[in-house]
Amino acid sequence: METPRSDNTSVCRTQVTHSPSETVELGKALGECLTVGDVVALYGELGSGKTTLTKGLAAGLGAGRQEGVRSPTFVLLNLYKGRFPIYHIDLYRVHTLDRLHDIGFEEYAFGDGVMVIEWAEKAEQVLPEKAIRVRLKTINESSREIRVEFPDKNRRICL
Amino acid sequence: MFALGIETSCDETAAAVVRDGREILSNVIASQLDLHAEYGGVVPELACRKHIQVIDGIVERALAESGLGLAEIDLISVVRGPGLIGALLIGVNYAKGLAWGQGLPLVPVNHVEAHVYGSAMSNPQMEFPAVGLVASGGHTSLFVIENLGKYRRLGETTDDAVGESFDKVASLLGLPYVGGPEVEKLALKGDPNVIRFPRGLTKKRSYNFSYSGLKTAVLYHVKGYGKTKRDRDRISEKERADVAASFQEAALDVLVQKAVRAAEEFRARSIAVGGGVAANRRLRELFHGCAAKLGVAVHFPAPELCTDNAAMVAGLGHRLYTKDASAATYDFDAEANADFFQ
Repeated sequence: METPRSDNTSVCRTQVTHSPSETVELGKALGECLTVGDVVALYGELGSGKTTLTKGLAAGLGAGRQEGVRSPTFVLLNLYKGRFPIYHIDLYRVHTLDRLHDIGFEEYAFGDGVMVIEWAEKAEQVLPEKAIRVRLKTINESSREIRVEFPDKNRRICL
Repeated sequence: MFALGIETSCDETAAAVVRDGREILSNVIASQLDLHAEYGGVVPELACRKHIQVIDGIVERALAESGLGLAEIDLISVVRGPGLIGALLIGVNYAKGLAWGQGLPLVPVNHVEAHVYGSAMSNPQMEFPAVGLVASGGHTSLFVIENLGKYRRLGETTDDAVGESFDKVASLLGLPYVGGPEVEKLALKGDPNVIRFPRGLTKKRSYNFSYSGLKTAVLYHVKGYGKTKRDRDRISEKERADVAASFQEAALDVLVQKAVRAAEEFRARSIAVGGGVAANRRLRELFHGCAAKLGVAVHFPAPELCTDNAAMVAGLGHRLYTKDASAATYDFDAEANADFFQ
């Protein structure tokens, strides 16, 4: 883990994972410190590991193996039972903010659980300030650079 | 007996009237209509709350096309899940209101189960036990069907759905949306044996599927990374076609391998395929090749029953109700994760 780079408002952590299972582990560590109302915004191109990381987030949030985390690209939203509800949203097919409204985005964002959003750049304008941003970058076939940005340095950071 | 089916589980608002569980009198799907004139706006493909605006008109149209009035309908059937909760609620509540108002039995059905029934509807001679495969943008599920209404899940995707991988590969290759049929078209010009893309989870005994690795393998092949990174435009037409063909072969090969293995293990007499990917001609070829050797009949739905539609919903509702009238109830809720085997 690199030394965190901090400014007044946020803390960033960057880590390189070398396999999908390491990406899951990182997601799990982050998932363990999430709480009700948190929003995790995932950024990264096709195949960069967003769904893989979400498997870890869900595990860290207490979802059992039977809560199979799958890509919601077509169904738009998957719901898993963890310590609290996990709303797994995928905006790949969503092209306008109107459509975000159509799928009930606001209700989940300010709801009773944790929201994880793939292709979050499409919701940038409506993401809450407190959103935790995770940026995934493909380095090579197995390695990913994963940067986690916590918006508030005072909150508990477990990475 | 006339059944009215209603489907709002994801993008599509659909309604259909089916006689005796098989004969389709009307099959109306919102996105396939020119609704601009009627509703003063284009209905987007992601129309979850737009369901509210169009559902009444779609049902009216399904009735009008069937030549029947609401008074002649004997049964209403609606998808209760799985799907997008906000979208499902609209269909479920609409159907409850309509059924209650008319004093009609209401049968809630499972969307994935309805896809399998689409196959049985098009092939009345289907024999059981059968292996069911639903392959679409949102689902990749395999199960054993002892008889219609009695299912056991064998496996499903652990990451991406197969139809989703077609769509994402189409986007990598610069093909227009909807991507699946475009990949199939391009694949016709390519050689499926040029690139050996990975077949997810085929070495294990598991009946689960994985398409995320295949998607990533195609990504690396097309775009490279690091020093080998290149622009999509640098790829020749021939190579694009070969990638499409080789990808398609890998994606479909896994479906066929697992379905055929299940048919052997469970001594199935037929294989029923449903979902949007069931419309793929190469899938049909591969299945017919394998199944002929095995002596198992493979059934595909009529083309209009492959993608999301309400005819399969009306058909399944009728089937469940005639088998056991207690399938009808007003006492149920929309379920985003409706389990297949309730």
